[in-house]
Formats: sequence, structure tokens, C-alpha cells
Amino acid sequence: MNKLKALAERSRAEWQALHHPDRARIYLGMASCGRAAGSEEVRKTVLAMVKKHRIAAQLVDVGCIGPCYLEPLMDIAAFGKPRISYGNVNPAKAEMIIEKHLRRGEIVRNLAVGHFADAPCDDLPEFFAQPMLKHQVRIVLKNCGFIDPENIRHYLARDGYSGLQKALELSPDQVIEAIAQSGLRGRGGAGFPTGKKWQICRETGREPRYIICNADEGDPGAFMNRSLLESDPHSVLEGMLIAGYAIGASMGTIYIRAEYPLAIQRLKTAIRQMKENGLLGRRILGSAFHFDLKIKEGAGAFVCGEETALIQSIEGQRGMPRTKPPFPASSGLFGAPTVINNVETLGTVPHILRNGPTWYRQFGTEGNVGTKTFSLVGKVRRTGLIEVPLGTPLRKIIQDIGGGPQKTFKAVQTGGPSGGCLPEELLDTPVTYESLAAAGSIMGSGGLIVMDRDTCVVDVARYFLDFIQRESCGKCTSCRVGTRHMVEILERICKGEGEIDDLNKLESLARTVKSTSLCGLGQTAPNPVLTTLRYFRNEYVEHVVGKYCPALVCRSLIEYYVIPDKCTGCQRCVGVCPTGAISGPRSEPHNLDKTKCIKCRACLEICRFDAIAGNAIAIRTRGES
Amino acid sequence: MEPMREPMQSILKEFPVEAGSLIPILQKTQEAFGYISPQAVERISRFLKLTENEIFGVASFYSQFRFIPKGRHSITVCLGTACHVRSGGILLEALERHLEIQTGECTADGRFDLEAVACLGCCALAPVVKIDGDIYGNMAVIKIKELLEKYE
Repeated sequence: MNKLKALAERSRAEWQALHHPDRARIYLGMASCGRAAGSEEVRKTVLAMVKKHRIAAQLVDVGCIGPCYLEPLMDIAAFGKPRISYGNVNPAKAEMIIEKHLRRGEIVRNLAVGHFADAPCDDLPEFFAQPMLKHQVRIVLKNCGFIDPENIRHYLARDGYSGLQKALELSPDQVIEAIAQSGLRGRGGAGFPTGKKWQICRETGREPRYIICNADEGDPGAFMNRSLLESDPHSVLEGMLIAGYAIGASMGTIYIRAEYPLAIQRLKTAIRQMKENGLLGRRILGSAFHFDLKIKEGAGAFVCGEETALIQSIEGQRGMPRTKPPFPASSGLFGAPTVINNVETLGTVPHILRNGPTWYRQFGTEGNVGTKTFSLVGKVRRTGLIEVPLGTPLRKIIQDIGGGPQKTFKAVQTGGPSGGCLPEELLDTPVTYESLAAAGSIMGSGGLIVMDRDTCVVDVARYFLDFIQRESCGKCTSCRVGTRHMVEILERICKGEGEIDDLNKLESLARTVKSTSLCGLGQTAPNPVLTTLRYFRNEYVEHVVGKYCPALVCRSLIEYYVIPDKCTGCQRCVGVCPTGAISGPRSEPHNLDKTKCIKCRACLEICRFDAIAGNAIAIRTRGES
Repeated sequence: MEPMREPMQSILKEFPVEAGSLIPILQKTQEAFGYISPQAVERISRFLKLTENEIFGVASFYSQFRFIPKGRHSITVCLGTACHVRSGGILLEALERHLEIQTGECTADGRFDLEAVACLGCCALAPVVKIDGDIYGNMAVIKIKELLEKYE
């Protein structure tokens, strides 16, 4: 069995040649988030510069290294110096960086974020020693931002597929034992022990058996799986092969959202490369293990993240959950025993095989072993994709890694629409499956949305319920009708038409929906309402009794106005107002007609970013003056 | 409808006749025609030996499928959580007003259609709007007009 060895040696040679100190390299973060920030424009500029000046530099498209707030990120390694990372690059900055760094060998200090070296470099901070990164433990994200996700040799050069090799040297039962010993639990949110799930499936003894990778990452506000698949697809595919070998499956399916076109494209490329290198098909790496993979694209239904609904969807049906048991591990896809694992779970598996279960157990806490990735977003200073050991307190994630909220902290939402909003007092809660559930939320797949005082929790609860209500498959009356009624009550409250008894009605409906729905979607749907009622009841009362929204969000309860002392009469707002609500002669404070204003934000934005004075338009509680 | 026979044929022949093919066939059909027409449903029905009702039942369950033609350019506004708290909803309203259509509709000149999506997964750059394949982060109401001018 030295097929992998030969592959790895060739790949390492290529890797080392690429990283030779004399060779210049330009790295660009080309995951979806980088692209949204404008990395494609930067890439065009870079290519034009390289061509124009005949610069001998290799351009490496990498995935997402984590700090999304610094995107687009461009790194340069040249002149024997370590790789230097530049943040928030635009075409103009890219031109300057290339001119100075690549042509003249001068590091552009004011744009540099950090360097990647063990030794100090020109007084620049080390990239991973920065506040956002130094508290993280990167296992699943190890390769993200370092390898070209479309080049299997990069993955192979960094020990890729050595976990599979290890697994093939063990018996399937020994592989299951190793995963069980590692303490790995499902990273999709429910936290079921992965080894146990595999064992149940294998022990059925029925053929065929299937492995499915659940990449239907539907929680709004969560993008961990997308980033991993776009930045290091082979790690997840290696995990699928190991799982397939362990449970005795020869067919694997990746069920992925159609909304992630780049991830799908990179998976297809990865699968093609696996085939070319003997990592898929018959007698993988010379063993007796046969395995094949296919991709099924989801069609836009949140509930298909639920495993029985997911199976229905692959079978070509409406994705409606069914009762459990039987669990898919004993009766799943087309009635066959099926293991469904989350992307991150599978991405962790190769590392456990490579380094052993004992190594993995050093991270996290008892019962909550290992690391978890989170997408840290919302009103926090440093947004991005992070990975921390389980048991890390929320406060550490938000303050130390995220740099704290933009304004006064109000709440953090974990677990997407099925999770809850936790207040300041609970920030010392360690991130574990059990402690988050005890606080009324859930771990979920890893969305962490920070809210500050400008976020209205009633509006957030309404938003989540509205989402769930639309995504409910309609099978259970309580979920279909109950969530609808809850949304109506919340809409009433947001409009200032709520009554105090509505809060009791909400709670009672929430309990009914929770206890009488079949699947996780309905059972957890009321969590955002229940947690906000529990921790932020005052804010509801302010809407219902005081008829005002303290965060100045609920549009029926606010009004826009001009601050005369600040307004210079520059007329920029007059130009953007779609309803002609603002008027006034040039150079004199303008007048905003409340009866015409539709609260579209245009004047506020233009005044803040583009006007002479700035911030002369503000929002206040309706009727206040 | 004669003109669609040929392309439908070439889509269908790639798939085995089994229920599991239905969603991928619908996806390919939408990719080719921009939407799922009654004629396409009829062809699929004969091919997979499923009733048109069954097909429509599955297609209408998933938000990806649309039953009216697309515009030349498709605008998708993200209403994920991060986009919501950064005024994604107000952005969608502004687009509706600007294009004089409702979400799910297409402009009369066929230039733009407008959709909302639960999450595009670019949360750190909220609010986000996607036009065709291009994603625009940190969007604002006042940037809409200029952005749309890039698409004819």
C-alpha cells in the first residue's frame, strides 16, 4: 500500500517548489465571501500588473482564512521574506502593493495585516497572533486559506488522505472504535455521538448501506460549511470515504444547497481529481475498498436539513420529515441503513484518524470534545469564520475574538432560527451542547449573531418566526398554523397594536408548537420567542404598553427627522428621497414631511456617507419632538 | 409547444426513469428555460410516469422552482439574519419600488426579475444583493440605482 506515499511525495515536491524562497507568490482569497467583497476585481488588476511588468510570480487562489471583515485579502511572499497578508484590498491598493512589494521589495506597512512565519518579520505582527486568531484552535480549518482548493496536490502535500490510509490499515470496527473514543459528536447541532451512529448502521448488517454528507446549510446567518467546502473540499470527501469504509458503504451522496454554486463546482472538481488519482472507484489506494460519490443539489427548502426530510428529497419527494424511529441509521435512503453526517463532522474525521483519538481529546471539555467552527456575524467588530475548542465561553468569542459589539451589547443568537437570544448575564456560558440547551438555546450548526442596542429583539423574534412559518413543511398542524398565529401576534406588537395579554398567548402557543411538532424544525421554532420573552420581556412591554421601540427599528413606531442644527442644506437627501418628503432651499436646514416619508433609509444613508454635514438626519420614537 | 421538444428531450435522456430523477430534471429544465412551464411538466410527467399533480406538488414545495419566465437579469436580495439586522428588508422594498414590481415578479421590459433568498452565506458582508452570478456586499439603498445601470 504505497500508492498514497507516491502521490504524496510527488505532491510535496510540487508544494516545495511552489514555496521555494526564491519564488514569488500572490495569494488571493477567492471564496464566495472574498468575491462578494470584490476579490475578482482585485484578481483582474493583479493579473494585468503581472503581465504588464512581466513579474515572475505565481498566483494562488486560496479559500477563506477566516477574518471576513478584512476581505478581500491578498498575501504576497517574495524576496525570501515570509508571506505578508494585506487586508481590505481594492484594485488601487493591489496595484500599489504589487508595485512596492513585488517590484521593489518594500512591504506596504500601513496595509499589512500580519506575516506567516515563526520568526519575527520587520516588526509586523504574526497573522495568527492577532486578537481574532490567537484564541482559536484550527483543526477543521487547518488548510483554509493555505491551499488551492481546486488542486488535489496541495491537499495531498499537507497530509491529505493519510487519514484514509490509516483507516484502510485498520478494520472497519477499529475505525468506528477510534471515532467513538475520540468523543466526536455531530456538528450539525444535535450532538449525537458520531461513532455510535456509525456502529448502529454497521450492525444492521443489511446491504446496501449509504453515507450522506449533509451540506444543506440552511440557517440564515451561518456559512461554516460553505466556507469549508469552498476552501478545503477534500477534507470533507476524505471524511466521507473513511465513514463509508467504517460503515461498509460503497456509495456516498453529498446533499448540498443549490444556493452554493461555488462550493458545488469545487466539489465536482475535487471528485474528478479523486478519480484521476485512484481515490474513488474500485480498489481505492490498492485496498479492497470500493467507493463512489455523487452530488445531489437541494432545491431550496430549509426543512431538508432534517435528515428524514433530506432523504425524502433525494428520493424525489416533497421534503417532509417522518416519524423516528426507525432512525436513518437503520432505515434510511430507499429503506437502506444510512448514516447522515454534517460537513464539519466529516471534515473532522480525517484529523482524528491521522493523529489518533487521544490527541483529539485534548481539545474541548469532558463530554464536549474537540473544536467547533462558528460564523461570527452581526454587530460585532471583527466578523468571520472561526474555530474554537468546545467549552469556550461566549464572552471570549464575542469580546476577544470578535473585538466586542459595535455599540452596547444586547444579545447573541446561537443556533439560527431554532436557537435563542442570550443576554449579557449569560455570556459566561461555555459553548457546549448542554449548557446552551440549558439556557434555552441550542448549539445548532454554528451561527453566532451578535446584536447591539440598535437591534430590536421583538423584531428579531418576528423575523425568525416568519422564516420558520414560511419554511414549515405543513405536515403538523401545530407547526403550520401555530407559527402563523405567532407571527401575526408578533407583527401586531411590532406595529404597536399589541396588548399585554398577547405575551401570554405567545408563550402558550410557543409551548404547544414545541411539544406537538414532529421534527426538530417545529420543536425548536419557538426558541427565539421563548428566549426573548424570558430575557428581554421589558422590551416586549415597551412595545405593547409604551408603544415605542427602544432600538428604533420597528417602523410603525419610529419617524425620521432632520436635526436643524446639523443640516447645512446640501440637498443631497432631497435628490434621493423617492416620495418627495424632504424639501427646503439650498444652504438652509431642510424640512422632512412625516406624512410623505416611507422610512426607506435613503436620506439617512446619503446624509451619513455623502453629505456635507453628515448625520443630520436621525430616527426617533414616533410623536417625539 | 414545438420549440421546447428538442431541448427537453436532451435533458430527459440523461436521467434514469425513477422518482429520484425528478428534482434534478426540474433543476436542469429551469436551468435551460429559466422556469418550469406547464409544457415541461407535461413532458416530464410522460417520461417519469408520474402525474402532473405529483410533479407540481414536488416542484412547488421547493423555493428554487419558479413558474413564470425570468428576466434578462436576476436580482436576489439576501434576507438572512445578518442581512436582516442590517436592513436587508428595506433594501428589498427599495428594489421593488425602483423596479415597480413585487418580489417574485419580472419587470415589463423583461430586464430584471426580483427574488428574496433566506441566506447566501456571505453574512459578514451584510446586507448582500446578488445579480446574476455577481455578489455585492455592504449594499445600501442609495447604491441601487448605480448598480442596476451596470445591467442592460
